[in-house]
Amino acid sequence: MNHVELTPQGASKSAAAIDRAKAQGRAALIGYLPAGYPSVEATIAAGIALAENGADLIEIGIPYSDPVMDGLVIQAATTEALAKGFHVKQVFDVVRGITSKTDAAVLVMTYWNPVVRMGVDEFSRQLADAGGAGLITPDLIPDEASEWMAASDKYGLDRVFLVAPSSSPERMKRTVEASRGFVYAVSIMGVTGARTSVSSAAKDVVAAARAAGAEHVCVGLGVSNAEQVREIAAYADGVIVGTALVVAIGDGGVDAVASLTKDLSTGLTREEA
Amino acid sequence: MVRLMVDAPAAGSDESAVDAFLQGGESLRHAPGPYFGSYGGRWMPESLIAALDELEDTFEKAKADPEFTAQIAELNKNYSGRPSLLTEAKRFAEHAGGVRIFLKREDLNHTGSHKINNVLGQALLAKRMGKTRVIAETGAGQHGVASATAAALMGLECVVYMGAEDCRRQALNVARMELLGATVIPVTNGSQTLKDAINEALRDWVANVDTTHYLLGTAAGAHPFPAMVRYFHEVIGEEARAQILEQTGRLPDAVCACIGGGSNAIGIFHGFLDDPSVKIYGFEAGGEGVETGRHAATITLGKPGVLHGARSYLMQDDDGQTIESHSISAGLDYPGVGPEHSYLADIGRVSYEPITDSEAMDAFRLLCRTEGIIPAIESAHALAGAIKVGQRLAAEAGAAGKAADKIVLVNLSGRGDKDVATAAEWFDLLDKDSPEHEIAKEGEQL
Repeated sequence: MNHVELTPQGASKSAAAIDRAKAQGRAALIGYLPAGYPSVEATIAAGIALAENGADLIEIGIPYSDPVMDGLVIQAATTEALAKGFHVKQVFDVVRGITSKTDAAVLVMTYWNPVVRMGVDEFSRQLADAGGAGLITPDLIPDEASEWMAASDKYGLDRVFLVAPSSSPERMKRTVEASRGFVYAVSIMGVTGARTSVSSAAKDVVAAARAAGAEHVCVGLGVSNAEQVREIAAYADGVIVGTALVVAIGDGGVDAVASLTKDLSTGLTREEA
Repeated sequence: MVRLMVDAPAAGSDESAVDAFLQGGESLRHAPGPYFGSYGGRWMPESLIAALDELEDTFEKAKADPEFTAQIAELNKNYSGRPSLLTEAKRFAEHAGGVRIFLKREDLNHTGSHKINNVLGQALLAKRMGKTRVIAETGAGQHGVASATAAALMGLECVVYMGAEDCRRQALNVARMELLGATVIPVTNGSQTLKDAINEALRDWVANVDTTHYLLGTAAGAHPFPAMVRYFHEVIGEEARAQILEQTGRLPDAVCACIGGGSNAIGIFHGFLDDPSVKIYGFEAGGEGVETGRHAATITLGKPGVLHGARSYLMQDDDGQTIESHSISAGLDYPGVGPEHSYLADIGRVSYEPITDSEAMDAFRLLCRTEGIIPAIESAHALAGAIKVGQRLAAEAGAAGKAADKIVLVNLSGRGDKDVATAAEWFDLLDKDSPEHEIAKEGEQL
């Protein structure tokens, strides 16, 4: 592999955002929004509202025809975005629209085929050009990621791979080593969607990722309220909220996203034990 | 497997890359995955990787375990009814340039198609892994019925995901699955088709992987599924090779099969991949014509991408979104294809061509009327292709009389009882006032 290091190690935008939160004695808040739901403009406005109300990192999802890791709420939102004519290249408009107005690290969460179709290098170039921090890849494992490893090195992008309760110690190590920015710890064996309680497996996954050498571990799947945020913030570096924000933007628009974010962020501060 | 050595007639002298490949001493039959050239792999959520590892490990150990291979052989013989027959179709062949045509009769298996080979194997593996529940996807219901059958036989709980639209159109197959003790869950999200049924099965699997095996119905998906599903279907090619040698004393000039995901095809192809004299053809669903956009000709018109766990040819738009496929045959109506087929297409070992709905239905009727066999509409695509291949071989043979020296083997992957309503509507056989006419308009099975 003949890659060019344009970005020195340690310049991860995601890691920097998490470290800023850590310096304030709290976990980072990561909010997810699907691009183009209910419109591209609304996604940008909601992303800015997320950043202004306490989110440190923002995940912008690319609507995809076959979202196998998503539950009904996010499926419905992304299906609607596609029906309204969303095109993949518009995700760069969303990223640029948010990064030009805020300091939040903006990652794109995408199933892999849209990236393959555009070309991994070209997608990465455009994402970096739009000010994006990197990619979260729910159906790409490090074993298949050689092209993405090269492109992310070349353009200085973060590679956020997922680890799960089912990950063996060997896979945990391999995934942690391949990741940059943070490691996404899946809290439960399942798909996205609000759940009434956080699985006890989450804490174990975070511990296993740390044991494998991860510096930054954020927890997602099933987190929807400040109480759950508080519970996870006690042991993780960041808390990821998706479905609840999608419900908020669908029901109450940008204002609802702003107020939910404000509420979620009250759970971030770690109480002294 | 013991390979009979025969003097195969030379099939031209093209020095293709494949010939070089074969002469280099490498075997195309030895294809354990995870990759087939640049295709295959595991494009899957991390949550499922441990389950895929467990399945791969169990499968590899089972293959090497005489007890397991004996179990499979016993079930094939005494439950499925194997070996399936090899029948020469003499009257049908008169319409294919006068070559000889032989049908591998997978339609005679229990449950009426090749699908039983795979479900019995995977259900046994599920038991070996200590799983108590199997889930499956189905389009028209054939794989769902086969899965429900295997689950009933082995005492496993069975849940089948099926597009809501398909459930309505195939109400009798839903009833069949329920009679066999399975639960059928209609899938209402996405395009409500087979690919969405697969998506929903994957979501179930992620959440229930400790107790559940995903009994995937075709030779696609993440490793080890393509190699494993093929393994259970290789019996088709092994039997057919021995049977054609026994009946004719030589190898066929061509082997034909239909391709949806491609499981029946890869099963029969594997018997002949390493025989350079045998030309191999896969016939995809050309739907209303590949120029109309309403088809399922994945290899003919698709581009490589990743879907449902594997890199392979894929029907997709410029954004990488999956395009809905169309075919009169529900079993071929899938926008992806098994990764090994993509590889065999790229290296030129197998030729993939589209067959339109109308060509398939003509062949369907022809087989009914010349041989007294009602084929599945899926298999009718292979029959239509065999007519074209036969006519080409006859033309190559030149002088009249030589065509009869040419042999074409067709995998008759399933029987057409399930397709009677569709065919009756297509050929306008139903009284316009009959209740059957109303039912057939909905694609229902009689």
